[in-house]
Amino acid sequence: MGEVKLLTSGFRTSIQDQGRFGFAKFGVPRSGAMDLDSYNRANLLLGNDENSACIEFAFQGPVLQFFEESVVVLTGANVIAFLNGDEVEMCSPFKVNVNDVLKIGMCKNGVYGYVGIMKGFLTPLVLGSRSFYSPVTDTSLLKSGSKISYKKKEVFTPKFSSISVSKLHEKLIKIEVLKGTEFELLSRSQKEVFYTSNFTISNTLNRMAIRLVEKLENQLPSMLTSPVLPGTIQLTPAGDLVILMRDAQTTGGYPRILQLTESSINKIAQLRMGKQLKFILS
Amino acid sequence: MVYELNYKRYSEKAILIEWPSKIDENILDNLVFCKNQVEIHFYEVIVEVISSYNSLLIYYRFTIEDFYSEVFRLKSLFSDGSETGSRKTKLWKIPVCYSSALAPDLEQFAEMKSLSVDEVVRLHTTPIYKVYFIGFLPGFLYLGGLNEVLFHPRKKTPSPKIEKGSVAIGGNQTGVYPVDSPGGWYAIGKSPLSFFNASVEECCFVSLGDRIQFISISEKEYNDIRTLVNENLYTPTFKLESWEK
Repeated sequence: MGEVKLLTSGFRTSIQDQGRFGFAKFGVPRSGAMDLDSYNRANLLLGNDENSACIEFAFQGPVLQFFEESVVVLTGANVIAFLNGDEVEMCSPFKVNVNDVLKIGMCKNGVYGYVGIMKGFLTPLVLGSRSFYSPVTDTSLLKSGSKISYKKKEVFTPKFSSISVSKLHEKLIKIEVLKGTEFELLSRSQKEVFYTSNFTISNTLNRMAIRLVEKLENQLPSMLTSPVLPGTIQLTPAGDLVILMRDAQTTGGYPRILQLTESSINKIAQLRMGKQLKFILS
Repeated sequence: MVYELNYKRYSEKAILIEWPSKIDENILDNLVFCKNQVEIHFYEVIVEVISSYNSLLIYYRFTIEDFYSEVFRLKSLFSDGSETGSRKTKLWKIPVCYSSALAPDLEQFAEMKSLSVDEVVRLHTTPIYKVYFIGFLPGFLYLGGLNEVLFHPRKKTPSPKIEKGSVAIGGNQTGVYPVDSPGGWYAIGKSPLSFFNASVEECCFVSLGDRIQFISISEKEYNDIRTLVNENLYTPTFKLESWEK
């Protein structure tokens, strides 16, 4: 059995897999990787089972020391990373040997980066998933000094040597959405806003929600608490537009104005503060 | 009773079904019947069903290709809305210690309502509450049946920490905080029970549709039960109830 130690933790570093399903009826959020596309890519490149756990970090990666051979890959937001002083490429699996140190730097753009390992990181399964979420798991975050197990390397037959990924370089990102349950309660001019305006990511962005800068004044009636999903955009009485993300509560009391498509959730997860977007309503 | 239901496409993989917008036990019973039908008969195509006071959100394993045929399938499944046969739910006795030492807002709350602490306790422990759903936090029960006299708007500024086990009132609702959490409700009591336990699949012992009664206990009994709970030696008491229709 191998072990990796975090020499430094990076920022908001946790273990994530596809998420925790089947427990929403107990109020347990889905959790899971913020950018499932990049998370899936890591496992694909390593030939892993699709639910193998990865390390997820935001903005700043950890420094990891490996104590057993394996194969590792970096996906998600672009980072400059060094394995014992040699630069490693994104989306391209590389071998790690005993005592190797992987220094992952700051994300150049984007928000979430992923470290995948052959056969996945082996933290305890809690309610069917390894995704960190307190109080379901003991902790929400990996800290400096944390140690994580993984299986020692077996024969690695890669199906891909690397994958090139189109990045979000556009100035105005297009986000596909469906009309939300309470969209029809908006006035005509309020609806127009979503078809025509640009919106900006604020500095409130985390695993539970992303708030947009722009506000929409409204007098929508209060409603009974109702189910919500990641990707649901709520409009609060104060006018805030809040996009619920992976750790969001399972029910909410604010009108649900729009719903992001599954691929849009992954896209929006990688948008930094100040990034502009436009909704494409279907 | 037959209700006019609204079927909406929530996302690529989810359908929302809405009952009339009311907190009503008859609506809940019909909703629970439909939820059970979906879980039993559509088991292979769904991931899970999330419920609230008057809605069901059905999350499918696959993208729903044809929304309208799926709605038709659901309608057919629910068409026998007059549920026959019997169903069993539980009436849980939840011990709560209503003391200032354990509940920081008890005295202030009584004062705001111009009631004695004893009266607050009597009004809170008399009703039998219905569990409408679990949401907001893992294991947070949404209960219906709070006495109107105890209704009170939430705090303008939420407390940074309401302790695990706190029994609280906010707006026209009452509930128990299953974990430490910031919150705007008034903590008027504390229960030694554990409402959320991630180490078991049935991580919350109370189910949707069950009923709850709060039983006032002393601080000593609180401490005794707490010790048993911490050692996994306590089983919450309940009465099995049968519904015949």
